[in-house]
Amino acid sequence: MKVKRLRTRKNSVVLNRSVGGDATIFIVLAILGVFMFLPTYYLIITAFKPIGEMFLTPPNFYVIKPTFQNFIDLFASMTSTWVPISRYIFNTIFISLGATVGCLIIGSMAAYAISKVRFPGSNTVFQLIVYSLMISSTVTGIAHFIIYVSLNWLNTYTISIVPIWASTLGLYLMKNFIDSSIPDSMIESARIEGCSEFRIYLTLVMPLVKPAWLTLMITVFQQVWNAGASNYVYSENLKTFDNAINSIISASGTQGAGAAAAVIMMSVPITVFLITQSQMVETMASSGMKD
Amino acid sequence: MSDNSTVVQDEVATEEVPYSNKTVSRWEYTRREMKRKWAGYVMVGPFLIMFAVFTIIPVLMSFVLSFTNFNMFEFPEFCFMDNYIRLFLEDDLFLTAFQNTLIFALTTGPISYILSFLLAWFINELSPKLRSFVTFIFYGPSISGSAYLVWKLIFQGDIYGLANGILMKFGFISQPIVFLQNVTYIVPVCIIVAIWTSLGTAFLSFIAGLQGVDRSLYEAGAVDGVKNRWQELWYITLPSMKSILMFGAVLAITGAFGFGGVVDALCGNPSTDYVAWTLQHHMADYLNNRYEVGYASCISIVLFILMFGSNLFIKNALSKVGN
Repeated sequence: MKVKRLRTRKNSVVLNRSVGGDATIFIVLAILGVFMFLPTYYLIITAFKPIGEMFLTPPNFYVIKPTFQNFIDLFASMTSTWVPISRYIFNTIFISLGATVGCLIIGSMAAYAISKVRFPGSNTVFQLIVYSLMISSTVTGIAHFIIYVSLNWLNTYTISIVPIWASTLGLYLMKNFIDSSIPDSMIESARIEGCSEFRIYLTLVMPLVKPAWLTLMITVFQQVWNAGASNYVYSENLKTFDNAINSIISASGTQGAGAAAAVIMMSVPITVFLITQSQMVETMASSGMKD
Repeated sequence: MSDNSTVVQDEVATEEVPYSNKTVSRWEYTRREMKRKWAGYVMVGPFLIMFAVFTIIPVLMSFVLSFTNFNMFEFPEFCFMDNYIRLFLEDDLFLTAFQNTLIFALTTGPISYILSFLLAWFINELSPKLRSFVTFIFYGPSISGSAYLVWKLIFQGDIYGLANGILMKFGFISQPIVFLQNVTYIVPVCIIVAIWTSLGTAFLSFIAGLQGVDRSLYEAGAVDGVKNRWQELWYITLPSMKSILMFGAVLAITGAFGFGGVVDALCGNPSTDYVAWTLQHHMADYLNNRYEVGYASCISIVLFILMFGSNLFIKNALSKVGN
């Protein structure tokens, strides 16, 4: 009888993995990795290229004389904006924080109630949340405008913050995470001890679902950071950092400054993700949608 | 003392028990449950208000407005199916937009979905440290906001653009191609960029889902005759993460239909000869430039039906897999 030898790696058996397959996977990953990473890399080196190296054919994939000139130019044109740049930065932080904190409070309370209080109607509410993931904001855009007009919200901070509170992705993930990580018996025993629902939510459940609320905060934060102020904000002193940068770029029009601005803008969400990656992946593990 | 306590216990036992097995009607039961769990309503209340104002009411409102003529200044005037008839029979540009939206959705949606899964599956084979690094490389573009504008530099129309420079150096072309204005290249370029930014939440949840599959199932599978990684994928991995596949599909479909932003930023609005004109552009045009809100609502309802319909269709199709 022919005995098949099992592959081993680091003293444990590797099942059903051929060497050729592993090599193929490695090559595919490498090619796609280059496709995904090259544009970002090109953006970063463009930000550090001096003006002379911008106009080469074909452009270099490296910088001969890296320079901070593009960033310096960008900051120099920032000081000459009509509204001081600090105001734009303040707006970005204020809007991101307002949207994120509001969404966290509203979303986590709702997630706990739907997951553990299970009041009559909670299934319907959750079903609606699932359906809401199926439509994008384009569909609701027209009615949003009419609602903003009738609430008299045009050109305010409110319009950039409050509508975000209705976003459902973070809430959906949190509800599923609470479902899968906190046993009913634990909540039940807290209730028997006479703990109110609000106290259970605040002191028992919230500390245990830290990955979920981090994920909720980060998904909302990324959304707000990248979208900036609402389109229906017209006055400059309510607009955000990315609006300011975009108008600076369209005014000055150099590639270098544009690339430098894009690098600054993307560095924040990327850093946040790097720090919180493991928690986000942990939350996503329970993101499944039952039928 | 001990005598006394038994007496008390007996007294309690003979009193009417608060929780009896007496059957109550369904409505009565619901009413009592609602009263008992009032805290749930208080906690879900703020969210429900937000959700109603910014999601439920807008969808219903668009639906109602799509049967009216409305210009934001006068009271909407009911016109029944006129908007829909005009849309499908008279508006040629709508048909272009409809077709383009379908083309974009049918390419970017499935490609991004399959790519997300395959990449996640490949990445899952790596060691944990390498895994988080590679995850970061693939996930990065979807959270970098306006970084996709770098494609504007890559496909720049003069000889200083990256793509033109390389193609000219190796002698494929002698004149630079104006990629972002040329009707042949606009759609493929936009699809590439959209795919580049699309490895988002679904991709992360696939990675998490793959890590969550029970290891012992693989060992059991190997004993039962699973011979290679593809069989393992088909018989063990896919069935055990069906619910996550569903979640990913929903996000992929929704993302694939909400497409217009990339086109605007790369090729301008409108793109040359309207080759990349989508429903989103058509709607924005009627809303912002012509103030025909009723007609714009009608377009948004078409988009809604497309998104919702394909989601329900995929949901049904996926739930049959493995049954």
